[in-house]
Amino acid sequence: MALINPKKKEVQVKIVYYGPGRGGKTTNLEYINQKFKKRIQNEMVTVKTYGDRTLFFDFLPFDIGEIKGHSIKVQLYTVPGQVKYNATRRLVLRGVDGLVFVADSMDLRREMNIRSLQNLKENLETFNKNIFNIPLVVQYNKRDLEEEGIPILSVDTLQKDLNSRLKAPYFEASAVKGDNVAATMKKIIALTVTSLRKKLE
Amino acid sequence: MDFTIEFDKQQIESIENILQEELIDMGVQSVILMDLAGNVIANLDSGDKGHDVFSLAALAAGNYGAVSAMANIIGEQEFSLLFHKGEEESIHFSKVVEDLLLLTIFNKNVSLGFLRLKVAEAIKRIQKLL
Repeated sequence: MALINPKKKEVQVKIVYYGPGRGGKTTNLEYINQKFKKRIQNEMVTVKTYGDRTLFFDFLPFDIGEIKGHSIKVQLYTVPGQVKYNATRRLVLRGVDGLVFVADSMDLRREMNIRSLQNLKENLETFNKNIFNIPLVVQYNKRDLEEEGIPILSVDTLQKDLNSRLKAPYFEASAVKGDNVAATMKKIIALTVTSLRKKLE
Repeated sequence: MDFTIEFDKQQIESIENILQEELIDMGVQSVILMDLAGNVIANLDSGDKGHDVFSLAALAAGNYGAVSAMANIIGEQEFSLLFHKGEEESIHFSKVVEDLLLLTIFNKNVSLGFLRLKVAEAIKRIQKLL
């Protein structure tokens, strides 16, 4: 739940990028950090292992202006994707306001996407949250791999696997190239802020 | 379980007064009251240094969670107090109530014993407000 500070008229919104390991969550944040550098005052924080995998989380805070007289501070987090880091994943989900599920389009990762989404549902349940009631955007990442001749899943298949019941807005993206990275972020911010509007009135 | 404490303007003002009186006035550089989701509820500093409080809070929440997991392994519920010593600056964490942490940054001019005493007093006063 977003933290509203009525004295400073400030709202802190937590958006978490979730998904299987090596799916491109960190790359999404790195791209955003690069692209919007002028508007981001703070450094991106990342806690990595030696193998360059996210151990704890990445963290990127920035301001997006005012809504109903409150300044909005968006805080983007990623979770570690590796299966064994579930404890830290759960930790990062605490107090989440909006979610981006970054799925890996590679053929080989089909099973891992499904498992990661299931894991997200279960972890949300430990906080009494329901995946159907939380702002969510799905991103099908690594669409660019097709050009390199690497087999990828069709959007239809991904939709059927992951989004047939959720019916969340989705984007085909390439985090490495930056395609639809900003669009994904803007969509989740818009959804999350809309869901908060009522509270600010 | 999720974070559910909401604060009104007056509560935040009272909390800030307590933090000012008990900690900043005795020479502490920076105080952050935060929740375990990494949100900053109140933050005050002596004006000497501008730390990136939002990143600090995010990392502190993660750190606290990791250390709690360590506590569980050795059969403790949690470690309610943590201390990181640096050459010039040090950080002290203390649990206020379930889900709330008080983070204090101080330098060599403040003794750890005195700080702990003042933190405990501040926490006692904040608990009464919640």
